[in-house]
Amino acid sequence: MRRLALILSLIAAPAMAEEKIVSGLSQNRVSITADFDGSELLIYGAVKREAPIPASKLEVIVTVEGPSTPLVIRKKDRVAGIWINRERVRIDAAPSFYAVATTGPLNSILSETDNLRHRITIPRAIRAIGLTGEARESDAFVDALLRIRRDNGAYRSMQGAVQLSDETLFRTDIVLPANLTEGEYKVRLFLTRDGRVVDHQDRVIFVRKEGLERFLFNLSREQPLLYGLLALALAGLAGWGASEAFRLLRR
Amino acid sequence: MQLYLPIAEVSVNAFLLLGIGGIVGFLSGMFGVGGGFLITPLLFFIGIPPAVAVATGANQVVASSVSGVLAQMRRKAVDFRMGTVLLLGGFIGSGIGIWVFARLTALGQVDLFVQLSYVLFLGLIGAMMLQESLRAWFRNRSGAPVRRSHVHTWVHGLPFKMKFRASGLYISVLPPMAVGALVGFLAAIMGVGGGFIMVPAMIYLLGMPTKVVVGTSLYQIIFVTAFTTLMHAVTNQTVDIMLAMLLIVGGVIGAQFGTRVGVRLKAEQLRILLALLVLAVAGKIALDLLLQPAELFSVTPGLLP
Repeated sequence: MRRLALILSLIAAPAMAEEKIVSGLSQNRVSITADFDGSELLIYGAVKREAPIPASKLEVIVTVEGPSTPLVIRKKDRVAGIWINRERVRIDAAPSFYAVATTGPLNSILSETDNLRHRITIPRAIRAIGLTGEARESDAFVDALLRIRRDNGAYRSMQGAVQLSDETLFRTDIVLPANLTEGEYKVRLFLTRDGRVVDHQDRVIFVRKEGLERFLFNLSREQPLLYGLLALALAGLAGWGASEAFRLLRR
Repeated sequence: MQLYLPIAEVSVNAFLLLGIGGIVGFLSGMFGVGGGFLITPLLFFIGIPPAVAVATGANQVVASSVSGVLAQMRRKAVDFRMGTVLLLGGFIGSGIGIWVFARLTALGQVDLFVQLSYVLFLGLIGAMMLQESLRAWFRNRSGAPVRRSHVHTWVHGLPFKMKFRASGLYISVLPPMAVGALVGFLAAIMGVGGGFIMVPAMIYLLGMPTKVVVGTSLYQIIFVTAFTTLMHAVTNQTVDIMLAMLLIVGGVIGAQFGTRVGVRLKAEQLRILLALLVLAVAGKIALDLLLQPAELFSVTPGLLP
């Protein structure tokens, strides 16, 4: 009898576990080469479940977050007729890139509690990370950061950009801009029902400079003097070469 | 054709960079200015980070000046002795300038200081040159006798006199050293070679003949900008070789054409054109300072010291 109960519970346990994400990325590394002009990232997946589909609507949220860097935000003021930087606010860490793609409007598919817990929307993701005391007091500065980075495409909110078919298969394309920062890009996938996160998964994409880009970047960091001399030698050679070439042409 | 720049970390159109290099190189060869005062603002405009633009601009000026000097040397229009004296002053000024630049970067006021320097120096020099060259032009056209360009002033009463044969001058080394130091200082803080100050200073302050001024200025600019490039590469690691090479290829070709055109123009015409160009750049930067910017906030990556 006891054994039967155990077997029953074992069978019941996976059935009770809700829906799980099975996901894939079109690439898990992005190489920045000389002709790099941005990259399109395909994030796809399926929902694994062993119970009938619940009645409430399933929603999918995908976020991509670039490496964080410290920042200084400055505000210009008019002093003696000219506009100069006056106040400033430091931010310990803010992602260099943040995109959030969803199946629907964020405020209706995600509750505020779960947003707080998982830091999904742009303001939550940015504010939560590394604001210092001085920045907390000055909302205008953080608003300005969000505005500037939204305008130049570094922070993106793409509501409705995730396609979900039969409550099971989903996919979304996220365009990575040409001015990418090197580092680990965190991809997070969330399933929600009634605004509650039912499952989530984290993936990582590595963005790295390759080839000549890698070589020059490393040289400039590890052997700055050699790099500087190389730059000068190339400049001198080009100047001399052009001068000689034109002298020959004129003959 | 888009190209990803390894140090600037942005992707830009390769032909746009070649074009910018070509135009600036043309002006550089024509007027004997390095062209840094044009290339640095142009690079800001296409979205290159300011620190990379200043350092890489200096690198490009090295190449266009080498190309220009070689063309001038064949015409025997370089006063090496004068150039070397100017250069000694230049290194002193550049050293001070790099220190000031680092201090101002820490204070977050480097943009303002650079802009104010541009407006002040370009505006002042441009206005002075325009006024003088217009007067000379009208005097020539009305056929009045030309005044001697070489007049004795207090400059000639200073000690440490030296003979500068190519310029036909016998003056103290102190004024050229001071001019060199001022230009070196500006080169470091503005990311320019300083030709736009050097050329008028050599003509009006030192009384050098216009023919040797361009070549001598270019000769001195090579070394001051080479020093600046090296300093930036070592201290800030902001020189982008990829960006520099594209600007250089456009620039060296442009400089050769510019030199040919410059030879055909009259000295006064050359000075009027340069004055107008300098004033235009100064006016544009002054407007940026005076008008309310569309975005009051700016975001700079990095830590404050």
